[in-house]
Amino acid sequence: MSIFVDETTKVVVQGISPTSQGLYHGLRNRAYGTQVVAGTNPKRGGAEIEGIPVFATVAEAVAATGATASFISVPPPHAAAAILEAAAAGISFVVCITEGIPAQDEAVTYNRLVQEFGGTRLLGPNCPGIISPGKCNIGITSGDIALPGGPVGIVSRSGTLTYQALHELSQQGVGQTTCVGIGGDPVPGTNFIDCLAAFQADPDTKAVMMIGEIGGSEEERAAQYIADHMTKPVVAYVAGVTAPPGRKMGHAGAIISGSSGTAQAKMAALSEAGVEVAQNQTEAGVRMVELVKELG
Amino acid sequence: MDLYEYQGKQYFRRFGIPTSPGGVADTVDEAVTQAEQAGYPVVVKAQVKVGGRGKAGGIKLAADAEEVRQHAGAILGMDIKGHTVHRLWVEHASDIAKEYYASFTLDRPAKLHLGMLSATGGVEIEEVAATNPGAIARLSIDPVTGLDRAAARRWVDEADLDEAARDQAADLLVQLYTCYTEGDCDLAEINPLILTTEGRVHALDAKVTLDDNARFRHPEWEEYAATETEDPRERMAHERGLNYIGLEGSVGIIANGAGLAMSTLDVVNQVGGRAANFLDIGGGANADVMAAALEVINADPSVKAIFVNIFGGITRVDEVAKGVIEALQRVDLRSPIVLRLDGTNAEEGRSLLAPHLSDRLLAEPTMLEAARRVVTLAGA
Repeated sequence: MSIFVDETTKVVVQGISPTSQGLYHGLRNRAYGTQVVAGTNPKRGGAEIEGIPVFATVAEAVAATGATASFISVPPPHAAAAILEAAAAGISFVVCITEGIPAQDEAVTYNRLVQEFGGTRLLGPNCPGIISPGKCNIGITSGDIALPGGPVGIVSRSGTLTYQALHELSQQGVGQTTCVGIGGDPVPGTNFIDCLAAFQADPDTKAVMMIGEIGGSEEERAAQYIADHMTKPVVAYVAGVTAPPGRKMGHAGAIISGSSGTAQAKMAALSEAGVEVAQNQTEAGVRMVELVKELG
Repeated sequence: MDLYEYQGKQYFRRFGIPTSPGGVADTVDEAVTQAEQAGYPVVVKAQVKVGGRGKAGGIKLAADAEEVRQHAGAILGMDIKGHTVHRLWVEHASDIAKEYYASFTLDRPAKLHLGMLSATGGVEIEEVAATNPGAIARLSIDPVTGLDRAAARRWVDEADLDEAARDQAADLLVQLYTCYTEGDCDLAEINPLILTTEGRVHALDAKVTLDDNARFRHPEWEEYAATETEDPRERMAHERGLNYIGLEGSVGIIANGAGLAMSTLDVVNQVGGRAANFLDIGGGANADVMAAALEVINADPSVKAIFVNIFGGITRVDEVAKGVIEALQRVDLRSPIVLRLDGTNAEEGRSLLAPHLSDRLLAEPTMLEAARRVVTLAGA
């Protein structure tokens, strides 16, 4: 099994046009085997692009195709509205990879989702997306570096480190159930705990790799959750041990404020929760491979 | 983007938040002119993006032109925690009856806005939070519904501000919240917020951090870009559209992805080196971006060796290798480079690079080995 998305997931790509990022990635996702059933564009309703039927709105796309998930890569000024449109149309899983959405928009959008559209889960923004190897890939992760069959679930705040994790596990013959990139923004729609809970409940996931970074306190909260609720082993890496305070390290959410949000504090909290904490991503990969062997 | 106090106060005024009359001065003569306009006595304040200005002697009261000359002369050029003072803010000195604290920021775990208000202002709020947490009235605000006047008024009561300040403070807090939300701030903080002996409430300081992601809808922020950073390396990088932060070590870093770039800094540190910078070139990693990145690193005199750490996901490693080779032909590098290329099509990428390898361009298969090599080179 896998979490959040699988072979039954039907994806609508929002904001599709012959030159859009959405089309580029949507076609890659379709080539991977994802059911990309529709696109939306208010000016192109009724058209078809590369065999993908285009509708003016998400609601029309859902009515016509039964789409259950949406993929958003529209520019920052339009992303919040796109997320809410998907939710209002009854989409249950929205993946938004858009980087650069203002934090104020994210805060309003997240709370509107919670208050008005409880049935919708948002992944991102500013994330690489999600892949359940061999079943469904929504976002920008390269399908080539993932290996189907489990038993490892991956959840990560970073993009490139996630690819490295996938690649290093796959090369050692260790597959993945699902790899979720939750993104590096201050108000992520889906957090570590959401994913850890789903992995804990997924019978095919035997171990979880968690990749954190500086800023906020999600890793500490995840550590508490692991200590209280998880029986499956977790291996973690946290980037940014040497990051200076007060500077955003690439991601809008990756900032040490005062004494909070440091990698050291996060690593200590995870260690205390019984998580195996690696000093770098490769070490985390090596440890996970050993762990999977031990699990048989 | 952090604003200087004077920029923060100018930003506050857009939203109607009262501040003292004053102006900016880059010279002693300008300081006197601003003081004459603001009216004596005045406060001469160093403009640096760091706390503790008062203790460092960067904030002085002046009763007349002579004292303004004396203080402005002493403060301009002063070093405050590694920041050189190039600019002053000169404002009319307020008669302070009480000092309060007010701020808005995002409460990340709660995913709500957080207002903090305290009748104990003028000191570090972290200190108040540690020693007397009960002195801070915290207000969680739903970003969808916002903060209205009635809620602000109740909050002021809860924080126990002086009776004379309460109505004005409630108005000001609504204005500050509007500044924080509509003005796209990550942080809008007033410390101290004062009640004057004449019974007026206004902002005596301004600490504003703007959300860089909101630049697209704030053309007025353009004027802040010129003073955004004092680090010439950062200025050069930002002009080239690069995501760069200057640090103090001797190993130049180029990586794709923020997490990998951070991780690269960590691994360099782990093997005994220190990074000269953080630089995330994003997913693209083509020749133009790579050349721009190398130019910026090359201009940093403290860099002794360069670590290029690329993991190819969608960006294939062979494309990255071509980009590196082309960039190297365009930039005349002072320092040797150690490359670690891994990911999709890594083998093809390494074969492309093989004929170009030398003692100035080295390749290592793993991040750790590459880090060891580059740190050795930087130390030699």
